[in-house]
Amino acid sequence: MPNAGKTPLKPEKTPLWRDPRTRALVFQVLVLAGVVALVGMIVHNTLSNMREQGIASGFGFLDDTAGFGIAFSLIDYNADSTYARAFLVGLLNTLFVSGVGILLATLLGFIVGIARLSPNWLIRRWAAVFIETFRNIPLLLQIFFWYFAVLRALPAPRESLAMLDLVYLNNRGLQVPKPVLEPGFGWVIALLLAGIAGAWAIAHWARKRRERTGQGFASWPAAAALVIIPPVMAFYAAGNPLDWNVPSLGTFSFSGGMNLIPEFVALLLALAIYTAAFIAEIVRGGVESVPRGQVEAAQSLGLSQRQVMRKVILPQALRVIIPPLTNQYLNLTKNSSLAAAIAYPELVSVFAGTVLNQTGQAVEVIAVTMGVYLTISLSIALVMNWYDRRKALKGA
Amino acid sequence: MRPSAPPPDQSLGALGWLRANLFSSVGNTLLTFVGVALFLIVVPPVVEWAVLEATVAGTTKQACDGGGACWVFIKVHLPQFIYGFYPEAERWRVNLAFAILVGLVALLFIRPMPKKGWIAAFTAVVFPFIAYLLFFGGIFGLPVVPTSEWGGLFLTLIIAGVAIAASLPLGILLALGRRSEMPVVQAVCTVFIEFWRGVPLITVLFMASVMLPLFLPGGVTFDKLLRAMVGWALFAGAYTAEVVRGGLAGVPPGQYEAAKALGLGYWRRMRLIILPQALRIAIPGIVNSFLAIFKDTTLVLIIGLFDLLGIIQAIATDPEWLGYAVEGYVFAAAVFWAFCYAMSKYSMRVERQLNRHKQGV
Repeated sequence: MPNAGKTPLKPEKTPLWRDPRTRALVFQVLVLAGVVALVGMIVHNTLSNMREQGIASGFGFLDDTAGFGIAFSLIDYNADSTYARAFLVGLLNTLFVSGVGILLATLLGFIVGIARLSPNWLIRRWAAVFIETFRNIPLLLQIFFWYFAVLRALPAPRESLAMLDLVYLNNRGLQVPKPVLEPGFGWVIALLLAGIAGAWAIAHWARKRRERTGQGFASWPAAAALVIIPPVMAFYAAGNPLDWNVPSLGTFSFSGGMNLIPEFVALLLALAIYTAAFIAEIVRGGVESVPRGQVEAAQSLGLSQRQVMRKVILPQALRVIIPPLTNQYLNLTKNSSLAAAIAYPELVSVFAGTVLNQTGQAVEVIAVTMGVYLTISLSIALVMNWYDRRKALKGA
Repeated sequence: MRPSAPPPDQSLGALGWLRANLFSSVGNTLLTFVGVALFLIVVPPVVEWAVLEATVAGTTKQACDGGGACWVFIKVHLPQFIYGFYPEAERWRVNLAFAILVGLVALLFIRPMPKKGWIAAFTAVVFPFIAYLLFFGGIFGLPVVPTSEWGGLFLTLIIAGVAIAASLPLGILLALGRRSEMPVVQAVCTVFIEFWRGVPLITVLFMASVMLPLFLPGGVTFDKLLRAMVGWALFAGAYTAEVVRGGLAGVPPGQYEAAKALGLGYWRRMRLIILPQALRIAIPGIVNSFLAIFKDTTLVLIIGLFDLLGIIQAIATDPEWLGYAVEGYVFAAAVFWAFCYAMSKYSMRVERQLNRHKQGV
């Protein structure tokens, strides 16, 4: 050992170009430079192209008169309204069809998903057929099918398919009763919200008390009473402030009520059924992910069938189900943009379609449209991250 | 000699099966009746329409006088459904390219095939150029067929094929980037992935067809189909990236550490140790993402390309053949369904094979 006792063994100095830190730094500078150059080039090209082609820029066009009609609107709109108003109509239509679609898809998806787990062979097969059929056919094709093949083939208003003389289905769409709110209704809503908050507080208190003292408290009756009784009393105290404007058949068409245009009905059916097929698989996977031992252990603790479901299976299954379920909700919202193909006036069809064609301001219009979807997606993602952190297994 | 005792009836055989699966309780029996009623409501009318009263013979609309489906509509237009507006005399080129592809894939499926890696590389790298030259022409005396004449199932498969082929490498790179320890690389990849995943495909296609020309230097233009494919590939890449990232996260940390301890560099660590395991974990997700890509190719009809659904839609609104849209949709649905179902079943088989090493543990 010639080195012993002389100089301590020093590691060989790494040359600069082989030092991982230097390399990482250089690589990152290069990536950043590349991205900046690319973005700069795109901006430069776009500006010069727009100048050459005489395309206006900026968002001033939003205040101009739109000059086109929209077939279906939840707010007042006519051809004299501004582009900004048209944008709002499109956005509300997107949210409306997505909201109703999510409700229907969840309902149908859970039914089919549970049917897929049924002990009954026939029901299980039916659920599997439903899932495999609708999951493997493109959504756009399903929209076309409902719109061009089913709704177009429905009878004219005079021969509508009627349900209880309240809801009519014909080739002009779906006629449903329209709620007309009178002044006192605000109180009913307010009391309902207050009741829900109160019920939540009771449940929270009961859980805390059980965790602290071990004493149970049946919070359900009190909570239910709090949610139901005050709004109902307010409803009668205000003198039935809710009227239903029921559709009625005139000579050629319906008057009164609310007309859901065929484009809406077709889109809604396609979205709900397509998404339900995916949700059903998620529900099945979630329930099957609960290990059998958990159920057996719960049963041997003496829990009843209902308690096993409520306290052991559901909490664990939901932890698995909810993240992909929200993902499906997001997909449904984004997929509602396929309405552009059958001209249901939602955001993409109204704004990225008609408005873009009229104004020619592609950059602004597409940016705003994408911005709306990005905002929806990212805010849901934030909520999901918060949920994941809250539900993460602690100490695992 | 005593006769052998009879088997316990009602718990074995067909009757026992019925008892256990359909009539085990009152509720179950009710459900069975619901299921049977559903069957009686749905199946007979469909069979009647699609088979019993359908018309297959003949070549004109007048042949369809039965009450059922008019399959003549499909029969007459089948070449268009498959090739779009591709000139009839040149269709052999499409057939040849697909025959080569089928041959190459078949070679890959032969288990003891030598030099499989080279064949796979040839299929992935060289074949696309051969196919492009065959489809487009303009070389070896083949007349040029502009992309505006491409259509039908042929176009659907091209778009899906390009998007799938481009999305996997792009997705792997993006996923590695997002898990990188370099903050700049990580940020760039994360923003890129989240942007594409946050917007609907249709806005991406609009962007590709309306805005991409503005992004390029003046005078540079390129084909509508190519523009759609660029948008498609980026979109698909972002989705695949998230699936691959899931796979990467599923590889036990010990594997990363062991690979490092062996003294391997980053790319060798990834290529030899991490990615083979990560991709195996990600297979179901990757196939799902491929299926979604394949189904979503129908969206190109919105920017005016005639894929299978687009051409059916166009022909169904042809005044001469008005009123047979349903037959067209059923045909398209059957084609898409068959592809998707086969793909998902195949992926399940691959998954089982790859997970065989886990059995018996």
